[in-house]
Amino acid sequence: MERIPILRIGSLLLVTIQVDLYDDLALQLQDDLSTRIAELGATGVLIDISALEIVDSFIGRTLANIAAIARVLDAETVVVGMQPAVAITLVELGMSLPGIRTALNVDLGMEYLRQAATGGNGVGTDHYAE
Amino acid sequence: MSEQIITRSEILPIRTQIDLVHVRQRVRTWLSEERFTLIDQTKIVTAASELARNALEHGGGGEMEMSLLAVGARKGIRLKFSDQGPGIADVAMALRDGYTTAGGMGLGLSGSRRLMSEFDIQSSPGSGTVVTVTRWK
Repeated sequence: MERIPILRIGSLLLVTIQVDLYDDLALQLQDDLSTRIAELGATGVLIDISALEIVDSFIGRTLANIAAIARVLDAETVVVGMQPAVAITLVELGMSLPGIRTALNVDLGMEYLRQAATGGNGVGTDHYAE
Repeated sequence: MSEQIITRSEILPIRTQIDLVHVRQRVRTWLSEERFTLIDQTKIVTAASELARNALEHGGGGEMEMSLLAVGARKGIRLKFSDQGPGIADVAMALRDGYTTAGGMGLGLSGSRRLMSEFDIQSSPGSGTVVTVTRWK
């Protein structure tokens, strides 16, 4: 079965969704990420959805489930790169994705996860950049 | 007063999850060719995805007929989803936000109604469900 690759960068996991996300593929990603978080003791998960042309209620729910499972496994999740048209549509659909941390792009998402991992509050905690 | 005419029409099957992806891609292609705005494209494709999934999950599969409409210079797209499933006993209830029988978010019908200009649903127990949505450019 087709799988979405999960990259590891230090204690973070990075996923870039670049294919049409059918339902079973989304559920496979949820399972794979849960397993990898536990195996590696990952502290953060970054999901780049900038290539996704739509997020419907199923994909939205899967993203929310991933964030919830990761939280139970002591990892933070951030979803980055949502296209503006997708954001407008999601809100009109009735899904504002509560419980999902979002960031505009990969850089900001990584910054957030690194701060979350070191317990920093974002003020002057730039030691991770060295 | 101009008459409404159908300038283009196509029927797509909804039998598998991969068919859902084809429905999304095909609707997107049409909307792009007809120069709908990106936001309109995104809303219509999202509504199509919700309604096609409903036909698959609740109706046991069916089909989508998409038609390009013209009224004078005005263009629109109409999507008609038909299944021969168990039907819906209480349509008003099914249209409420958060109402679900399949463990989903319950946003499929209510959400896609918000995303489209016109929404019609015909259903009764045992006779399947037909949902027709239209969005004008």
